[in-house]
Amino acid sequence: MFLEWLPELGYFALILAFVASCVQALFPLLGAWWRKPLWMAVAQPMAVAQFVMVAVAYVMLSLSFANDLFSVAYVAENSNSLLPWYYKLCAVWGGHEGSMLLWSLLLAGWGVAVTLFSKRLPRDFLARVLGVMGLIAVGFLSFVIITSNPFARLLPNPPENGVDLNPLLQDPGLIVHPPILYMGYVGFSVAFAFAIAALLGGRLDAIWSRWARPWTVVAWAFLSWGIALGSWWAYYELGWGGWWFWDPVENASLMPWLAGTALIHSLAVTEKRGAFKSWTVLLAITAFSLSLMGTFLVRSGVLSSVHAFANDPSRGNYILVLLGITVGLSLLLYALRAPRVSGGGAFSWLSREAMLLINNIVLLVMLLTVLVGTLYPLLLNALDLGQISVGPPYFNMIFVPLSALLAIFMGVGPVSQWKDTPFKVLLKRSGWGALAALVIAIAAPLLYDGEWSLGVTIGLLMALWITLPLLRDFIHQLRRAGLAGLRKLPRSHYAMVIGHIGLAVTIVGIVLVSHYSVEKNVRMAPGTSVEVGGYHFTLESLDDIKGPNYVATRGTIEVTHHQQRLRTMYPEKRIYVVTRQPLTETALSFNLFRDLYVALGEPLDGEAWALRIQVKPFVRWIWAGALMMVVSGLLAASDKRYRQKRRRVGRSVKETQA
Amino acid sequence: MNAKRRQRLVLICGLLVLAGIAIGLILYALRSNINLFYTPREIASGAAPMGQSLRAGGVVRLNSVKRDPNGVSVSFVVTDFADDVTVHYDGILPDLFREGQGVVVVGKLDDRHDLDATQVLAKHDEKYTPPEVVKALEKGGEMPHQYRFQLDAGISPQAIQSAATVSGLERRLDHQNDNHTATTD
Repeated sequence: MFLEWLPELGYFALILAFVASCVQALFPLLGAWWRKPLWMAVAQPMAVAQFVMVAVAYVMLSLSFANDLFSVAYVAENSNSLLPWYYKLCAVWGGHEGSMLLWSLLLAGWGVAVTLFSKRLPRDFLARVLGVMGLIAVGFLSFVIITSNPFARLLPNPPENGVDLNPLLQDPGLIVHPPILYMGYVGFSVAFAFAIAALLGGRLDAIWSRWARPWTVVAWAFLSWGIALGSWWAYYELGWGGWWFWDPVENASLMPWLAGTALIHSLAVTEKRGAFKSWTVLLAITAFSLSLMGTFLVRSGVLSSVHAFANDPSRGNYILVLLGITVGLSLLLYALRAPRVSGGGAFSWLSREAMLLINNIVLLVMLLTVLVGTLYPLLLNALDLGQISVGPPYFNMIFVPLSALLAIFMGVGPVSQWKDTPFKVLLKRSGWGALAALVIAIAAPLLYDGEWSLGVTIGLLMALWITLPLLRDFIHQLRRAGLAGLRKLPRSHYAMVIGHIGLAVTIVGIVLVSHYSVEKNVRMAPGTSVEVGGYHFTLESLDDIKGPNYVATRGTIEVTHHQQRLRTMYPEKRIYVVTRQPLTETALSFNLFRDLYVALGEPLDGEAWALRIQVKPFVRWIWAGALMMVVSGLLAASDKRYRQKRRRVGRSVKETQA
Repeated sequence: MNAKRRQRLVLICGLLVLAGIAIGLILYALRSNINLFYTPREIASGAAPMGQSLRAGGVVRLNSVKRDPNGVSVSFVVTDFADDVTVHYDGILPDLFREGQGVVVVGKLDDRHDLDATQVLAKHDEKYTPPEVVKALEKGGEMPHQYRFQLDAGISPQAIQSAATVSGLERRLDHQNDNHTATTD
């Protein structure tokens, strides 16, 4: 009896959450304006109430999935009674409506986190931050309630069973990828809310950036993590062995990441030196607007991609309007309230400020090229000027030189000083590194492959140029002050080092896998064998097996290397019973230095199958580097200085400004 | 001019130069890396350039998939129900490639007006037809009713799917289901 009412309860909770978000938006903002403490005090309880209500709705939808309520349209479209329970729970975000609900849940969650961890913020500032977050919630909750109700029923004739979750999504990668990515997307709403609150209150100073910084870094870390997971998932699940496709949806997540990367660096300058204030605010607005644009691109159905679902145009229009209002209003506010001439001390061209400024600009140019490559085809199509697509060569052609430029300044930035660095000092700190980098980068491809390659050398040069000065700095510190000296370095310094080396690791992975991958598409019958990149693959047998909701053909492949048995691999080709959708389940054998990648293609005549076999050196480094960046983000946010009492914060800022 | 102003001037000039370089690069890269989309009808009428990378899309004609008996290369016909284009591809087709369903192909036209594909894209979701293919079919004219239905509804009816039997596995699945229904009946 109770079960039958779950969806209606969920919908009711959503409406209550919407009401709470309206109150959360209205009263605190007006209260801060008219200086009414009572109105401002509404913000925190309403943020909690909104979160509780959205969480109730979310749990109701999960229970509907768990109990196979196929009279709910969304459950019927994305689940099936044969689906294992853990995929049923993850199917909640397997389609459009549920993922928007997850989005709202995370938004409310960030709101609660702000109320919990911002006890030392001034009351009016906190009220404004929560008010702005309430406004965003109003937009998204109304979007869910009006255009994408996940609880809509299929009555009076409910289907007996569901259509099943898209098999591509029935995978551990799916369990984590969307929530983590959304954590990042939605997390930029906090940075955005801080920026808008600062503009509204006219309180745009170094203290502001100290408050906003940990939130931004955490959001950035989650976004990096989400992108890395998505790339990893595409690598093993789509069966191509590619890890980045310059697919518009990937670009939609890369753009806020680039803006966010620029933002965390610009925040650092604002906090330490009081410079770049207006620029930082603009970046915060940009990062969140790009997150919204990403949502629009994915949810409107204007793209052909993994993430595009058959879609209803009213949803796209709704988000487009939401995007327009957000961007328009915040830019208007920015134009009216941004400080005319930003303060901050003067700095020379050989200072850390200058390096960070240049890197900010390079990051934004990268962002611009991705934006153009992603939106240009959509624009032409919308204006009916023809259908084009911009392929990976465009992005590679622009991204490679820009990354090299970025790497040059990334190498110098961390070892230069604020205000000014004498050239001699700079030379001492990075001269040896540069020389060593050059030697290693030239020698490494010769040693690895026996053949010299310009691309590999440039890539390794970039990575080493970033890494070596940081290592030298470490060793120097160790020699001067011993282990105690290392312990004295703030956590945020370690975070910076790990993050930068992480990018270097990713660069090494990208360069080596692009140059040394071997791929063969072969026809194999049981008993035959083939050699790929020095490894021998023998197809022993092909068997029919049966899973919970699929049937499959499984290949058994013995791999030998230098006459030594390495291991047995089991690639599968599955057909999911309900959707009849085939799926390639790749077999992977990995270590730190190479992946063996075997995918069953399609059955040919007779006993033979087409197989895709790849040897991909250093491919793991791409994600390992990304994980290092995630760790660095979380480490930076946990730095001691963000946990100090308010009094001390005020004083130390005065000191830096003096 | 004081130092701070001069710095700002240098900064602005630098920004302008950088922006100029960036825009130039973007335009150059765009010009040489755009793939225009052509329908089979446009290719048949000679509107598409030869030897230049382009995209084409339509529906894979039933029973048109031919495999090389010794290798993995394959050829098939893409149609918009007005004209056909033969596609040659040396590689493994995506999971959701099926006869009778929408496909987008990236490649170059050879001198026989066949398309040598470098990439074959099939949809990732059963309910989804690439928008390019929808347009191509609309332009093409004679679209059989079932596709019209599929495109209007945005959903592919089971009827269309069962029209294509790609692998032995599917046949086995059919068999199993038949047995299943037989026993439950």
